[in-house]
Amino acid sequence: MAGIRMQGIVKTFGKTTAIKEISLEVKDGEFLVLLGPSGCGKTTLLRCIAGLETVDAGRIFIGDRDVTDLPPRHRNIAMVFQSYAVFPHMTVRSNIGFGLRMKRVPKPQLERRVQEGAALLALEPFLDRYPAQLSGGQRQRVAVARALVMDAPVLLMDEPLSNLDALLRLQARADLKRLHREVKRTTVYVTHDQVEAMSMGDRIAVMREGVIEQCEPPMQLYTNPASQFVGGFIGSPPMNFLRGRTKAGAFEGEGFSLPMDGSRVEDGRELLLGIRAEQIRFGERGVPARVQVVEPLGATALVTVLVGKVPVKVDAPVNTTVRPDQNVSLAFEPADIRWMDATTGAALAH
Amino acid sequence: MWARTEEILPYALLLPSLVFLALLILIPMVQALLLAIQADSGEFTTAYLQRMAVDVNFNDAWRNTLLLIVLIVPLQIVLALAMALLVNSRFKGHQWFLYVYAIPLAISDLAAGILWLAVFTERGYLNTAAQGLGIVDQAKVYLSFENFGGLVAAIVIAESWRATAIVMVILVAGLQLIPRDFFEAADLFGANRLRRTLYVVLPLLRPSLQSALIIRTIFAFQTFAVVLALAGRNMPVIAAEAYSWYANNRDAHLAASYALLLLGLTIVFTFVYLRVLGLREAEVKR
Ligand SMILES: Nc1ncnc2c1ncn2[C@@H]1O[C@H](COP(=O)(O)OP(=O)(O)OP(=O)(O)O)[C@@H](O)[C@H]1O
Ligand SMILES: [Mg+2]
Repeated sequence: MAGIRMQGIVKTFGKTTAIKEISLEVKDGEFLVLLGPSGCGKTTLLRCIAGLETVDAGRIFIGDRDVTDLPPRHRNIAMVFQSYAVFPHMTVRSNIGFGLRMKRVPKPQLERRVQEGAALLALEPFLDRYPAQLSGGQRQRVAVARALVMDAPVLLMDEPLSNLDALLRLQARADLKRLHREVKRTTVYVTHDQVEAMSMGDRIAVMREGVIEQCEPPMQLYTNPASQFVGGFIGSPPMNFLRGRTKAGAFEGEGFSLPMDGSRVEDGRELLLGIRAEQIRFGERGVPARVQVVEPLGATALVTVLVGKVPVKVDAPVNTTVRPDQNVSLAFEPADIRWMDATTGAALAH
Repeated sequence: MWARTEEILPYALLLPSLVFLALLILIPMVQALLLAIQADSGEFTTAYLQRMAVDVNFNDAWRNTLLLIVLIVPLQIVLALAMALLVNSRFKGHQWFLYVYAIPLAISDLAAGILWLAVFTERGYLNTAAQGLGIVDQAKVYLSFENFGGLVAAIVIAESWRATAIVMVILVAGLQLIPRDFFEAADLFGANRLRRTLYVVLPLLRPSLQSALIIRTIFAFQTFAVVLALAGRNMPVIAAEAYSWYANNRDAHLAASYALLLLGLTIVFTFVYLRVLGLREAEVKR
């Protein structure tokens, strides 16, 4: 079996630096999700692991092997491409079996594994069709099946569910998760959907402009974001941030002042107060705010209030009595607050 | 009212080119073919075709023509494919390579024939070079009636030099239409360069190969100036016979018969290419 170890990977395309020096270790059998906004370098990092891009600096190890200078076919990996890359001139059956044929797997074994792969992704009815005769989602499943039957110790997936409709996506997500539990292959999974990332990853590496901001298990990422960017990217709604300045053991924002156990923070420092929507209650005392919108979402209601001019999202019970234009106070536990530096966005140690 | 205009408009726009094609190509072509099967009196007859079949050069002509096709077309396709794959691997300076390689395209076929005649003739560059280097001590005669193999080799070389580039240009264009993902996926799933070419590149290149083959075969059937320049009348081919019957013997009917033969062979080959290399309906997105 094989983990992946990346040391100081740098990748530039002409003047753009797609990967700015990334070191990351994926443990054997781990399901790691690469998450980040469009253009942050997820695909590029994945392609570097696959060997489809040559890195400008750094080393990549798969298991104990230094694969940095090996071509893709010698790295013993399987991959699902963002564009599927399902061969149009082959039937679904030949597509799924392509990698096995290239490895000269004996025919009976090849056929058995193709059958298994097709069954796993519900592709049996389409085995003799050509990709042009499939829907986008079915084609994507062919790409996944082609990668899975390889039994490669490392599996790379680039947004493999992006083209499925919401319902199928939910189903496929659960299937992939179950599959992973069964075969336990080292998996790197790229997505820009944070719900997908939260639900599937053993760990999530949040990327931004070519660097990894934080790499931790989903709940840790959610409760203790390492930066304003991570807090704002993970969670729906994203974390709320209020800007202010420390003064004599208190945090003073626009129109409010909170006592702060300020022993560790020097006076006059600009900070951001980060707080999750579900940790805010409407109370008697606290930060004064004005209700802007109330959106019932079924189980809860999402209330948008304005603190000064800053919108803040509050997760309220669906039977909440607050109404637009009402003045309210926002209360929360000091322990739930995450303090960030206002200029760098980095979280303060707590 | 509107609907009618829209229906007619495409035809109206096509009309000028249709008239042009009809006047300059279709009508002369039909007239030429009619010459092969219609006597001056207007009666239809197979007399000319029968006369062609017993013509002294007839058997040599069609055999030589097919021989040249069988030698030239596969050689050119293989050469052009190798070059196209090379260009497509985007090595440094590949664009220059493409341009330089395409230069012979700009040279007329007769000029190309004469150019190669200057190489292969008894006092040509080849003999001079070989003598200068001391490889042979006496000039050899490559192009003569007795040396049929020499004639064929010279023609094949000259034709390949002249027209491989057009095949390559078509194939390079075809290769560039194939998304790079497919090459990458093949590599990733364990195919080395050779198997990648066999299993992925060539099948995806079928439409371009088909066009290249059809164009090349049609031109090879019409090979004429190069043959004439290098072999004169020592090597009859169909196109040259048609020309000779018309220009030298002033017999338009027999010339047309040879032309009809050429047309028939071309249609047969094209049909085979379309059948063998065509995409299956299931592979094409409707
Ligand atoms: N072949 C290339 N040539 C030049 N620039 C490239 C190339 N490939 C990627 N880039 C640039 O590198 C950066 C990272 O691209 P990448 O494809 O890795 O993004 P991504 O995170 O996968 O985005 P998405 O979620 O939209 O797929 C982008 O700014 C992109 O423009
Ligand atoms: Mg991407």
